[in-house]
Amino acid sequence: MNATCTTSSASDAISTGEIDASCRVPLFTLLVSAAVWLVVASVFGLIASLKFHSPNFLSECACLTYGRVHPVATNALLYGFAMQAGLGVALWIIARTSQARVAQPWLIAVGSKLWNFGLTIGVIGILIGDSTGYENLEMPRGAVIFLFLGYLLMAFFSLVTLHNRRERALGPSQWFLLAALFWFPWIYFTANYLLLSHTPVRGVTQAIVAWWYSGNLNLVWFGLVGLAVVFHLIQQLMDRPLFSRYLALLTFWTIILFASWSGIPSSAPVPAWIPAMSTVATVLTLVTALSVMVNIRQTCGRGCAQTENPAPGKFIAFGTMAFVVAWLMNALGAIPEVSAVTNFTWYTVAQSQLNVFGFFAMTMFGAIYYIVPRVTGMEWPCAKSPRRHYWLAAIGIILIVLPLAIGGVVEGFNWHNLKMTNVDVAKNALNFLRVSTLGEVLILLGNLMLLGNLIALSVRYYKIHFVPVYRDATATLKPAEAKP
Amino acid sequence: MKYGPLVFLAAFLALSASWCGFVLTPQIQLGRAVQETNSVVTSEMYPQDRPGSARQGLEIYRAEGCAYCHSQQVEQKGTLVDVFLTDAGKNSMAVAAALTEQHLGTFSGPGLAAGLPKPVLRNASLDTAKALANLLKKAGANSQLRLVPFGPDIERGWGVRRTVAEDFIADSHVMPGSQRVGPDLANVGMRLPDVNWQLMHLFAPRSVTKDSPMPSYPFLFERKKIGKQPSPDALQQLPKEFAPAEGYEIVPRPEAKALAAYLVSLRADVPLYEAPATPPPAATNAPAVTNAPAK
Repeated sequence: MNATCTTSSASDAISTGEIDASCRVPLFTLLVSAAVWLVVASVFGLIASLKFHSPNFLSECACLTYGRVHPVATNALLYGFAMQAGLGVALWIIARTSQARVAQPWLIAVGSKLWNFGLTIGVIGILIGDSTGYENLEMPRGAVIFLFLGYLLMAFFSLVTLHNRRERALGPSQWFLLAALFWFPWIYFTANYLLLSHTPVRGVTQAIVAWWYSGNLNLVWFGLVGLAVVFHLIQQLMDRPLFSRYLALLTFWTIILFASWSGIPSSAPVPAWIPAMSTVATVLTLVTALSVMVNIRQTCGRGCAQTENPAPGKFIAFGTMAFVVAWLMNALGAIPEVSAVTNFTWYTVAQSQLNVFGFFAMTMFGAIYYIVPRVTGMEWPCAKSPRRHYWLAAIGIILIVLPLAIGGVVEGFNWHNLKMTNVDVAKNALNFLRVSTLGEVLILLGNLMLLGNLIALSVRYYKIHFVPVYRDATATLKPAEAKP
Repeated sequence: MKYGPLVFLAAFLALSASWCGFVLTPQIQLGRAVQETNSVVTSEMYPQDRPGSARQGLEIYRAEGCAYCHSQQVEQKGTLVDVFLTDAGKNSMAVAAALTEQHLGTFSGPGLAAGLPKPVLRNASLDTAKALANLLKKAGANSQLRLVPFGPDIERGWGVRRTVAEDFIADSHVMPGSQRVGPDLANVGMRLPDVNWQLMHLFAPRSVTKDSPMPSYPFLFERKKIGKQPSPDALQQLPKEFAPAEGYEIVPRPEAKALAAYLVSLRADVPLYEAPATPPPAATNAPAVTNAPAK
């Protein structure tokens, strides 16, 4: 199992066991809360999806209307699951690649608690109608402060861990993670300060900032972290180095240079140079998608999942494919001629779902199934569950993305067809949406499996490691009490 | 890219570039924009501040997440030009001959002067329209060019011109929306200016739009027993299947009234220099006064 790290033969080397042990507390805090938020996200996502079957479903209650349930689902997925799982997995990769113990694991766990506290306030805020109205930034000001402080704590000690590395030269995964750790606080602070402070920017500048933030979060942050995980795990699973560091470098540069300018739709009511620049940059991210595709293909050769436990490999392979497709869809949708049809339709939703869930979340699932047994030294309670989760999640996300993408294009053409009334167009699009509800159900089931597994594993870990200690500690007391 | 500081520097420079491009520059270009007399037809300031209730309505719009299903951005593909004859001049025969020569249909001299202004050329390019205007001028007639933006959104009646940055100056938070589960709302106040209609639509969308997939918002309304006198605010003309039981009435809460006020205030139809559009003739020529019934 730990074959990959036995090569470090130096006598003063820290054993992988020690490194993994130092990860345990923050990793478990992050991953278990991520899994909880994942279930929250899919429950709210399912409620939102059911609204399209019957518009009056749960409409009596203000806090369960689509306009509140939907942002809760996105925020729980983005900040609750994706970012926490990403930070946890990133921490483990940093510690392993740096061959250093995690610096201040307890403070990282405290950071995660702050993050979760902020997120809880934020979600409640959205539910009671305190949403900010900016997409992907709905959480109110009070919540944002906790999220920001929590992130700073987690990121700072991840960077300290990276700084303590034994090998000064950095590998590809480390470039990606270093850039990502630094990226988020800048964009998050900028967006929230400019939008939610007492003197926010005015007019349409607000929308530009929100679009800029969303592009940077969805493409740059998730791209950097997700690809770091893909690159690292592919090497571990295949037990061979990455095909080309230079291609990885190309991927890195194209993400930070081009993807950071994407996100502003070509229809935006802003001075024309802004969407024009954004379109050019977004089309150039094609290079990112292609470089990743070539690099991973060449690294894998033919068998991508030839390991003793193929589930992580499957997740990673799916994640990589989803990445390529999602970024191609994104670049395609930025071309003005295409955007004239796809903009404002379910196509854009399909694209972002494929990026966030199909690519990022699937990659994280793979990483979780790979890492957790190593960190705890225990197998999953249900050995088959990773594979079942894989099939549920894979079919689920395909059932969401495919109908929405096709439905989106159809919807786009329908909006251009003046013979169809507004209601006709909307109702026609609903047929595709209703198929996607099935995908939501499958994803929810898979997510419940992940949460159940993580909790069962934690309980077992607790029983093995803490119960005997506690029993011993209490057992010595009893005879002592009995004697005098 | 072996060393930490180098990676950090790369990320720092890349993010600074993007930040300067899409955060700083738009702020410099647009951040201090104020209401201006940038309007083509009037000298009024644009955009006008929304009335107080409509500003509160924007808060409800935000809280209820209306923007997840409704955009507020009208797009246009381009602008075409109509030529309207405003004055046939003294020699209407010559004008009619000139028009006929241009293959614009058959015109007769005496009929030309009736019902002015009337369109003689529609959906032409600016050059063609200008050429015709010159020709008419030579024949002694006066004409007017009207700019008509076109595109699927405009043909759907969602607006008369594209939405531009200026339309949002008076609002905060700005929610241009990213999806159209329902129609665009940039000009819903122009399209559906009736407050009672808006309220009925919020209370029970299917009471006014058959098969509408929009959820109803019953919690913005109150079902009240009719007292000595029915409430003046109560919803009028609710169809039977949506109406409350006998002796009860549906009264909008302040939130519903504010939201309806906001929706009715949504109209971005003033022609601007960066988005010109000539209002249709019916709008410019106030209803003929002569036919008004005597009171």
